[in-house]
Amino acid sequence: MSQTYDRRKFLAEMLKFPPATIVLGVIGPVKLLAAAGADEDGYEPTEHYYAMGIRVEECIGCGKCVQACKLENDVPEEPFYFRTWVERYIVYTDGEVQVDSPNGGMEGFPPVADDTFPPVAAGKEILRTFFVPKLCNHCDNPPCVQVCPVGATFKSQDGVVLVDEDYCIGCRYCIQACPYGARFLDPRTHTANKCTFCYHRITKGLLPACVEVCPTQARVFGEIGDRSTPLNRMMRMSHLEVLKPHMNTEPKVYYTALDGEVR
Amino acid sequence: MFKALLKPITDLRAWIRGWSGGLGRRKIPTQIIQLGVIFLAVGVGMFVMRQKFVPETFGDLGHYRGAAVAANAALEPRYSGWQECAICHPDKVETKNKSFHRTVSCEACHGPASDHANRPMRLRPELPVGREPCLACHRYLVSRPTGFPQVIEERHNPVRACTSCHDAHDPTPPERIQECSACHNTIARSKAVSPHAPLDCEVCHEAPAEHKVQPRAHVPKKPFEREFCGTCHAREATPPELIRGVDLTVYEIPRIDLTTHGGTFVCWQCHYQHSPEAR
Repeated sequence: MSQTYDRRKFLAEMLKFPPATIVLGVIGPVKLLAAAGADEDGYEPTEHYYAMGIRVEECIGCGKCVQACKLENDVPEEPFYFRTWVERYIVYTDGEVQVDSPNGGMEGFPPVADDTFPPVAAGKEILRTFFVPKLCNHCDNPPCVQVCPVGATFKSQDGVVLVDEDYCIGCRYCIQACPYGARFLDPRTHTANKCTFCYHRITKGLLPACVEVCPTQARVFGEIGDRSTPLNRMMRMSHLEVLKPHMNTEPKVYYTALDGEVR
Repeated sequence: MFKALLKPITDLRAWIRGWSGGLGRRKIPTQIIQLGVIFLAVGVGMFVMRQKFVPETFGDLGHYRGAAVAANAALEPRYSGWQECAICHPDKVETKNKSFHRTVSCEACHGPASDHANRPMRLRPELPVGREPCLACHRYLVSRPTGFPQVIEERHNPVRACTSCHDAHDPTPPERIQECSACHNTIARSKAVSPHAPLDCEVCHEAPAEHKVQPRAHVPKKPFEREFCGTCHAREATPPELIRGVDLTVYEIPRIDLTTHGGTFVCWQCHYQHSPEAR
């Protein structure tokens, strides 16, 4: 009985590797396709890539979006928890900037000082003032996803940053990591919670609740890419800006007429 | 204790040695067999733990549970979208979509309507009443964009519901002012709480219709003599029982003797007609 493992035999054994890699290489993608295609109602996540536009010049600060978001997504009622909120910026002539968001702007905003014209508040003349709706920016390079130790928050195939509520351990790392303050810890489940672009609505062909109720179309929803959506039109026609571009998070919430003072 | 733990490994080693020896091969060194057994145990252990701790669909689509996507998508919408409303209320939607409110979705004012769409008779959506629902958007705030229609609520027909002049589904402002209070608001408010409340402005002021269009060119008339007030308030006067649909017989009208009361003064030098204090 020969104990030698000669070159001929060795090469013959090595020939088995290429087919093995091919087989394994096929199994992976097939499994992936099966998981992706198994979605109900023929919704194909790989065919969509969602984003939102916010036209600051149209926002009237009525707070309907905040109300609708809370109702639609069962967000805790306390004035601390918001998936979306509206901020009011007041820039005075002396350069001071005042930002407020009483109850997230949900019940609208109180008049500043007295409603005089030209506008004067706190004895100072207002240079400019406007409302800025804010929400999760659904970053293309999301810092919250990077820091999650268990993989409970992720960017889905259609570009929406989601939270896996059943798998989240409530460590709050993502809340710390988000530069936009878009996340909170749900006091009932002790898991991270955030805007999902109303994922349950957009996958059924509906608009997110905040976009649905926005009376002035200050919020525009749609997709990035070839598909013709209101967002694509807005992006083509306007000068776009994003929040905190220097953070390199590549946000997918695009603002028009965004003032330099907005943080 | 330690030996007892190692016993299975020693046994296995003896068995492998016997087996390899039986085949007549060169003997495998003991250290290699021991290491092999440990590696095998660790490998199996890791495999079992991975099976146990990594959730089922984890890694299917990326570094997350694939099932979480479906869980996020499984929620039921509460806002049904205006297209759903148009199925049963096409007239309202059609009117609205041609008006200034064309961008306002039904549910922006009426609240979430999914429940209503599913059980139309049982669960009714909100019916906004009063001024507050409209003022949420149309109250004057400095920060609102220029050109957006806004009102200062204290000055714009206070107390009256917006819907008494504007149709919420087609809110074009009325071309012609309908009420005197639209301009003469302070007077209207005083009169509303005075004994003269049931009297229309036209009872005392003869206003040409053009006054509402060109207020300064067509000025309404004012009473100019004591006898005008006397038609109701003189002792011997018999005021008409019905003035413009108001039954005056239910009121106790204060009477005076025109010849002795107030001398040569006219009534409005002492009494403010829109809120006459003397009873």
